[in-house]
Amino acid sequence: MSNEEVLKQFLEKFDASDLHASESFDMLTITLNTGRIHDAIKFLRNDLGFGFLTDICGIHYPDAEKQLGVIYHLHNLQENIRIRLKTFVTIANPNVPTVTDLFAGANWMERETFDFYGIIFDGHPNLKRILNVDYLDYYPLRKEYPLEDPTREDKEDHFFGR
Amino acid sequence: MNEPIYKKVAPPEGYSAPGVYATTLDKLVGLARANSIWPLPFATSCCGIEFMATMAAHYDLGRFGAERLSFSPRQADLLMVMGTIAKKMAPIVQQVYEQMAEPRWVLAVGACASSGGIFDTYSVLQGIDRVVPVDVYVPGCPPRPEQIIDGVMKIQDLIKSETLRRRYSPEYRSLLEKYGIQPIN
Repeated sequence: MSNEEVLKQFLEKFDASDLHASESFDMLTITLNTGRIHDAIKFLRNDLGFGFLTDICGIHYPDAEKQLGVIYHLHNLQENIRIRLKTFVTIANPNVPTVTDLFAGANWMERETFDFYGIIFDGHPNLKRILNVDYLDYYPLRKEYPLEDPTREDKEDHFFGR
Repeated sequence: MNEPIYKKVAPPEGYSAPGVYATTLDKLVGLARANSIWPLPFATSCCGIEFMATMAAHYDLGRFGAERLSFSPRQADLLMVMGTIAKKMAPIVQQVYEQMAEPRWVLAVGACASSGGIFDTYSVLQGIDRVVPVDVYVPGCPPRPEQIIDGVMKIQDLIKSETLRRRYSPEYRSLLEKYGIQPIN
């Protein structure tokens, strides 16, 4: 199977409206909307053999209309093909359906994405912070903070000559 | 040729006679404690590797009596925190300190344990002295084994000069209460 064949079989199932496919560094990348992402991953896993979830990560583009994104990396171990799926949501409504019913490994990866970007995964069994302290009241990897936060109490200015 | 200068450890003040040396109990107990420190190596990061070199044959911390490392806080005297402590790890460091029996000392090895080091971020505790009282700080990133040994020798000096009643004093109680740690007595 090559990337073109994967894309052809994918487009037979999911019509190409509101879908964007590209190839970067020999890896097929498909951008979907949030409503179809769960079915797309289910199709890729069950019918096309992408049985290994390599990673789920988040991203924040502050200048885009839909600022927060979730990126899934899937791998077909039998044929050695990788595929990347992206879906974007707004900060006001950062809800994405969970894929923990398809991949057990998605559990902690979605918790990490929630911890750092604040993306809510609907249907996740235990969506809480995983790497940061529980009392952290912001999402650290969003790009909306200045490089140095003047109100943070961790930094003592007199040590830095200010 | 210059004669090498060896720092000789002086005996504590006291009266000596043939076969007899009279000194105060504080000094005697301090001498015994200082030369048999049982450290708890709380090694988290790179400083832990420098500590491994310090315990190894070339720099040998065992010469100073710290031969028996203990990973159980109940059996340790000196908590050596070596490495970056995340904010999630902070209550655990405090719990380990609370489980140690008196007398106990804390050595913060490296820049990260002393002040957060170069990691001034949302996830790193900016110095373990925010959660436990620290006796000696060893700066460095990482400190060389000679510097870690120097830190342990300074702890030895503290131990030798400590009074027996220090852990029962009100100053020590208020120090622990500042950190939210229950004094044992």
